[in-house]
Amino acid sequence: MKKLLSGNEAMALGAYHAGLSLAAAYPGTPSTEIMENLAKFQGIYVEWSTNEKVALEVAMGASYGGVRALASMKHVGLNVAADPFFAVSVTGVRGGLVVICCDDPGMHSSQNEQDNRHYARFAKVPMLEPSDSQEAYSLMEWAFKISEEFDTPVLFRSTTRISHCKTVAKIADSPEMKRKQPRFVRDLHKFVMVPSNARPRHPLMEERVQKLSSYFETFPLNEMILRDRNTGIISAGVAYQYAREVFRDASFLKLVTTYPLPENLIRRFASEVKRVVVVEELDPFIEDHLKAMGINVIGKQLVPIVGELNPQMLEESATNLRLLPQPDTPPSARTAEHELPPRPPLLCPGCPHAATSYALRRLGFYHIVPQDDPESQKQPAAHLKRQGIIATSDIGCYTLAVYPPLLALDTCACMGASIGQAHGLEKAGVTNKIVSVIGDSTFLHSGITSLVNVVYNEGRGTVIILDNNTTAMTGHQGHPGTGISARGEKAQRVVIEDLSRGIGVRDVNVIGAFDLPAIEATIRRCVETDEPSVIVVRGDCPLRVREKGKPLVVNLEECDRCYNCLRVGCPAISRDNDDVRIDTLMCVGDRCSLCLQVCHRQAIKVSDR
Amino acid sequence: MINADILMTGVGGQGVILASDALAEIAMKAGYDVKKSDSLGMSQRGGSVVSHLRIGERIFSPMIKKGDADFILGFERLEGARWVDYLRKDGVAIINNLAIPPLSVVGGASKYPSVSEVEDAVRQRTDQIHFIPGTEIATELGNPQALNVLLVGFLSFFLGIDEKAYVEDLSQRVPPKFLEINLKAFARGREEALRRKQTGHH
Repeated sequence: MKKLLSGNEAMALGAYHAGLSLAAAYPGTPSTEIMENLAKFQGIYVEWSTNEKVALEVAMGASYGGVRALASMKHVGLNVAADPFFAVSVTGVRGGLVVICCDDPGMHSSQNEQDNRHYARFAKVPMLEPSDSQEAYSLMEWAFKISEEFDTPVLFRSTTRISHCKTVAKIADSPEMKRKQPRFVRDLHKFVMVPSNARPRHPLMEERVQKLSSYFETFPLNEMILRDRNTGIISAGVAYQYAREVFRDASFLKLVTTYPLPENLIRRFASEVKRVVVVEELDPFIEDHLKAMGINVIGKQLVPIVGELNPQMLEESATNLRLLPQPDTPPSARTAEHELPPRPPLLCPGCPHAATSYALRRLGFYHIVPQDDPESQKQPAAHLKRQGIIATSDIGCYTLAVYPPLLALDTCACMGASIGQAHGLEKAGVTNKIVSVIGDSTFLHSGITSLVNVVYNEGRGTVIILDNNTTAMTGHQGHPGTGISARGEKAQRVVIEDLSRGIGVRDVNVIGAFDLPAIEATIRRCVETDEPSVIVVRGDCPLRVREKGKPLVVNLEECDRCYNCLRVGCPAISRDNDDVRIDTLMCVGDRCSLCLQVCHRQAIKVSDR
Repeated sequence: MINADILMTGVGGQGVILASDALAEIAMKAGYDVKKSDSLGMSQRGGSVVSHLRIGERIFSPMIKKGDADFILGFERLEGARWVDYLRKDGVAIINNLAIPPLSVVGGASKYPSVSEVEDAVRQRTDQIHFIPGTEIATELGNPQALNVLLVGFLSFFLGIDEKAYVEDLSQRVPPKFLEINLKAFARGREEALRRKQTGHH
């Protein structure tokens, strides 16, 4: 049966058809849809785990219990899960264990573009990389087989353009889907990694890499295409597709087994062609290995080490290096793309993070540039000096409040970092008042231990937990605070304020997300105290709960054009020449009313329509 | 067999990706190889959205090369203009004549391009420019959200895939209560393309 599938859909289906029994994940672009699709299948256990480390440990446990299991995550998620990833490489598996990580070259929705292929070599784990949805589907069965045959977890590496592109895949009409019987067999030498047991495992891991390397020499999905022998291209993943597009006649060695590399196959290919070119996104992972083998290659001088690759970048670079002839028609002059106004993502109309962001903006700045000064508007950040509260921030929709006009935040590094950063700033002796801003899902992912740390080490930190009752940025997945499972069913709810009190925070506040005066007053009060405090700001994400209140309208007679409402950063409010308008289609009405609250002339009113 | 590289662009929430999903599925069922690539993630928060859709006998890259797109289907004027470098010489630009000013424009930091500025930019690549009052027509039909189907209807006129295939796909994809309006929007889009061809009007 032919189907148009995204890479993520294909990986989910491939795993299901391969007899998967358990899957665990934490949402993260571009990996989220793998679990969302697995959750549609019956007869398997699926869960959103609290974080990637937990997800991998759950999958590891299932594998020890003899069944096929997987954990999926985005590239930085594997940093969180690195500890169990290395650990399970040492113990090996029982049931097949596949770890899917989806890298994000170009950082479409990430804080870095680390190349996770290094994890395979680092942890001595075999790695498979599909180049389209067909391979994402077909390779999954292989991944589980390899895992069981070689007693190892398998790293299944995807990238944004594999995970999110849709391509045609032929899938099995009646797959076997034979799931293994769960059974744990005690084996202290294998599963209990005290040093005396771990030492004999290391030589086994080295041996395993050697065996895998030989096994991959004849792996059926690696493909050698010999055509024009002047140029031989070695490539993998989506980069292979770009290379096929651009180098129409060249010879190719497509690798889906990118660690350990099949050295004899590579040598054979290299001997068939005049020059070897490696086309790979991000780091020179394959290139460095080939150079260590003594093979002369063109690699990073062709494809930049930074950013996402695309076909025209490859073509231009290949033409410059004279690997391709000059095109007959020179590319036409670029139009004035850069002069067009940008359209960065924004907090949505009715966003429950908007009022807190606005309050932080006010508490953070003492000098506000007049809205009607076009010169300073071009570089607002440079003209605004921070004096008041420092707001360390975290990973989630609220990070968008760093953009103009809100400019409300001072840091954003990695999941859960805000609370530790604020504590560090405080203990270093920085005299500003400091708050950390973290979302509900992120707090439960990796903020809890930092809050414990603040209590234990007698910090004074104020932690603002923006609770929109979902994991919003990745598309509304459940988390422990929502009481909704990966299948969308009712689950046990972890109550954030109870948890905070349990940790030992005495000053715990819960405020409605659109109550601007209360939010501002509570922040002002909490930053003055000498003990840790938590402010839970609670309101549902408007993209999930699509409710609207009574519409808001601007009374232009009353409006004095101060444009304070524009500083809220709401996409529903716009300026039409001098006048301010509210787009009633976009506005959620008096469910939010933040603009109404900041208007000093009461010119914004709730309409009875 | 057709070979068509189609770039669909717009603003998060306009239904760009739904439209390209539908068209990709229709082309696959008509026997073509298809690949498509969307910008996802943060773009659903009102940012720019772009979807690359490639239809042909055998497709490798899921992304269109700059200067290779046969069609640009712009759901909004600024987003239509932003990606015009992707259009091949003498390709077809179909742009919904709707302005959704981004916040930098609202705040006064930058200026929204006028119709003639957008037209000048597109004209550097092609004379085949169609500005369509798509949102107006869709609103007239009863739902501005039917814009995406209307634009697919317009584009379908150029693609040479049987009209029935689109109707069949819509019938499966669209919830019953919205089906009628979507079928109307598709037909209106296609009629508009035909009318322009007959009158030579761009």
